[in-house]
Amino acid sequence: MTVNAERFAGLRVGEQLSGREYTPDNVQLMLYNAALWNGHRIHFDEPYAKNVEGYPGLVIAGPMLGDWLHQCVEEWLGEDGHIFSIDYSNRVATYIGDVLTAGGEIAALRPETREVEIDVYIKNQSGDVVTPGKIVVRLADAG
Amino acid sequence: MSGLLSEELLSTIGRRAAPRREIVTRRDIRKYAVATGNRQRKYLDGDEAPPMFHVPLFWDVVELAQLTPDGVSIDSLLPKFPLEKAMAGGLNIEYHKSVYPGDWLTSTRTLTDIYEKKGRSGSLIFYEVVMDIVDDDGDLVIREKTTRILR
Repeated sequence: MTVNAERFAGLRVGEQLSGREYTPDNVQLMLYNAALWNGHRIHFDEPYAKNVEGYPGLVIAGPMLGDWLHQCVEEWLGEDGHIFSIDYSNRVATYIGDVLTAGGEIAALRPETREVEIDVYIKNQSGDVVTPGKIVVRLADAG
Repeated sequence: MSGLLSEELLSTIGRRAAPRREIVTRRDIRKYAVATGNRQRKYLDGDEAPPMFHVPLFWDVVELAQLTPDGVSIDSLLPKFPLEKAMAGGLNIEYHKSVYPGDWLTSTRTLTDIYEKKGRSGSLIFYEVVMDIVDDDGDLVIREKTTRILR
């Protein structure tokens, strides 16, 4: 068996991905939106976010949480394959000061295509799932 | 039927924005990888683009006068909807090829669907936009479908 076939054979539905905690601050949020060229005030203008839009603080950009779902799976996967697809949605807003945790669990295994379906999530410090998703990875055939 | 969606509105389904062609650079990959807190060396060094790098690559760049007072650029692909309050939406992304510095990528966005559903507190409008990203050989690299809900 190839290395990746062996790894696939060792996977079990219900296996947890180790996950990671994120505590984004103003600097990270600014750099992220600068990298996008996103000038939306709710991400950097705190008086505007609070007084005009009624948010409790500066809003974390939704796609950054989507990125963290990918990171969670890629760190687990290593070089054994690649992400083929993701479905996710930003259900609950998150703010500077929140403690956010990315994680996942193997939901299904498809041996015929050597695909792994992983339920992924970002939770906030209250334990609410703010960004649920599903990622499909394909374990590559080594060589 | 007291539908919210007029014939005129529905006729915008299929509308396509002008394609945009951009080059992937090592510096832009590095900036994105750092900003997202990525921990993988190949991304931090800019040797390969991480997933979702197409988000900064194709974010709309408009002149200051075209931004709304809250700093947002108006999406000219979209018609004026009778509901305007945006609720959570969803994203579906397929990755078909890896992306490296030096790659030229072209994205085309299409408004693919508009439909109405009855929610608990009234009608909701859903719309879908598909962004296809191809390389210079015409091969599909990434397909992203965004679904947004208005109430």
